[in-house]
Amino acid sequence: MSSAKPDGATTPAAAVETPLRRFASDYLESPVAAAGLAILVVILLLALLAPLIAPQNPYNLAEVDVMDSRLPPGSESMAGLKFWLGTDGAGRDLLSAMLYGLRISIFVGVMSCLVAMAIGASIGLVAAYAGGRTETLIMRIVDIQLSFPAILLALMLIAVLGKGVDKIIIALVAVQWGYYARTVRGTALVERRKDYVEAARCLGLSHARIVFHHILPNCLPPLIVVATVQAAHAIALEATLSFLGVGLPPTEPSLGLLISNGFEYVLSGKYWISTFPGLVLLATIMAINLVGDQLRDVLNPRLRR
Amino acid sequence: MADYIIRRLLQSVAVVLAMSVIVFFGVHVVGDPVYLLVNPQMDQKDIEAAIRALGLDRPIWEQYFHFVSGALKGDLGRSFIFGEPALKVILQRMPATFELAIAAMVMAIIIGIPLGLYAGLRPDALVSKTIMAGSIVGFSLPTFWVGIMLIMVFAVMLGWLPSTGRGPTASLLGIESSLFTLDGLRHVLLPALNLALLKMSLVIRLTRAGAREAIHQDYIKFARAKGLRESRVVGVHLLKNIMIPVVTVLGLELGNLVAFSVVTETIFAWPGMGKLLIGSIQSLDRPVIVAYLMIVVLLFVVINLVVDVIYSLLDPRVRLGASAP
Repeated sequence: MSSAKPDGATTPAAAVETPLRRFASDYLESPVAAAGLAILVVILLLALLAPLIAPQNPYNLAEVDVMDSRLPPGSESMAGLKFWLGTDGAGRDLLSAMLYGLRISIFVGVMSCLVAMAIGASIGLVAAYAGGRTETLIMRIVDIQLSFPAILLALMLIAVLGKGVDKIIIALVAVQWGYYARTVRGTALVERRKDYVEAARCLGLSHARIVFHHILPNCLPPLIVVATVQAAHAIALEATLSFLGVGLPPTEPSLGLLISNGFEYVLSGKYWISTFPGLVLLATIMAINLVGDQLRDVLNPRLRR
Repeated sequence: MADYIIRRLLQSVAVVLAMSVIVFFGVHVVGDPVYLLVNPQMDQKDIEAAIRALGLDRPIWEQYFHFVSGALKGDLGRSFIFGEPALKVILQRMPATFELAIAAMVMAIIIGIPLGLYAGLRPDALVSKTIMAGSIVGFSLPTFWVGIMLIMVFAVMLGWLPSTGRGPTASLLGIESSLFTLDGLRHVLLPALNLALLKMSLVIRLTRAGAREAIHQDYIKFARAKGLRESRVVGVHLLKNIMIPVVTVLGLELGNLVAFSVVTETIFAWPGMGKLLIGSIQSLDRPVIVAYLMIVVLLFVVINLVVDVIYSLLDPRVRLGASAP
């Protein structure tokens, strides 16, 4: 903020500055945000490569021995396998269980986020483009829905739908779509009045084409920011529901479920089963929030210096 | 103003009605609770008798109208599990939940506001930066995990505080609460701190933002020019103006606290409404689920309405009639 940058348009160096490169350099200006991104990339890689890097397949009953249950971090199994983070109540290597759990948590979070974005953004675009009664009705529904806390709505839906990966994703989508609809509608209202939309109309393009090919791309920056924040929310909410025993079934042990399983052993001083998955959950959520914060600053043209 | 309140009231009634339809029909699509409740040795005739006794043989729309006409009389059906009126079962547990929510709110305010003020008045100090970093962590921490960690550190490792349940209650001015006994306070400390953490972060951020904005206003400069003591400038002139957004947000968050107490109550075995809800979802105790959700919907609608009205009274700049489309 203190040092004024030279005007990009007049210097010859600006010729090689692509929008993407400028975006990257703007983003990396903050070391904290860069660290957040690095952590997030590592977490995503760990989740993606879990079956390859985990010392044990926690689902494979042949590899898991109940005799090894609740061993503290650093112990060795009967077979000589080292448990760096200890084992859980079923004798699974906690590190492996966490890697697989991270995979499930991120899958559920990202999946629900994408579906909610697709549905919410479409509804928001339609509301902004249609205007009038349709818009009032849609936005009123969004307002009312968002005035209730997400966890309550999710519990309500779970009470109705029951357990399961698909059910949880449906509940998370239902909780989130309103944020996307509201964001997109706000941006689209501004975009709708711009000249390029008028020009597209003059060309005789269909409504669908104008909305999805012309207006939507211009609504993307705020949408991306909301999506990162919501991904963190979705992961936290899924973990909470699973912890409460109304989320994922025991066959899909996400991080929340691992923490829940460890809870009963906390009172007897076996801290590791709940602590380590929680730290990973915390790191994931914080990394996403840091990235989201920086994206909001970089993508917001009003804050551009 | 009266016009606005009436319109908001009608809208609130519509929301409650719509929610009652969604909740009731939604909950009645879930599996059959009869088979969870009757003895497996019972024969078909007894099962049918049980179904009739619970009113489950009627068509669903008839059950709904029965439910609505009952609800208007304060009867939300009988709990399948407790065999008592659902409303009574919930109301019995309501004081415990409110007690927890209020303790958490007080904690968030008395810790959050001073920290936020400090961070806002000395934005470059190391302490301020630590406070703000802490508030970001506070936002990211999953409530349930913090609860477990609190139990682990304060109850298991240090052994200072009890980890489960509610302490003995005492009566003061006709209100029965565990906040009036020493052991009760010991019991409420951990769950309240757990519930307060998220709100504390929010209060810190709101107060800091308010302080940073207000500190450059003319009335603060004027108060200083008058030669007032710094404590009076901050404690009276500054704080009063920061409080409006803080109070509004906290009012809205009170309902949120009640909803989030579901998590805290489950961890700390606190005998409130939230723990009851989780138990009811797991045992498919439909009347209690429906009654809980209706009560919370009602609570939210009322809180939203009251906060909106109070806000318009507190801040004359808000023109409520104009903002509603």
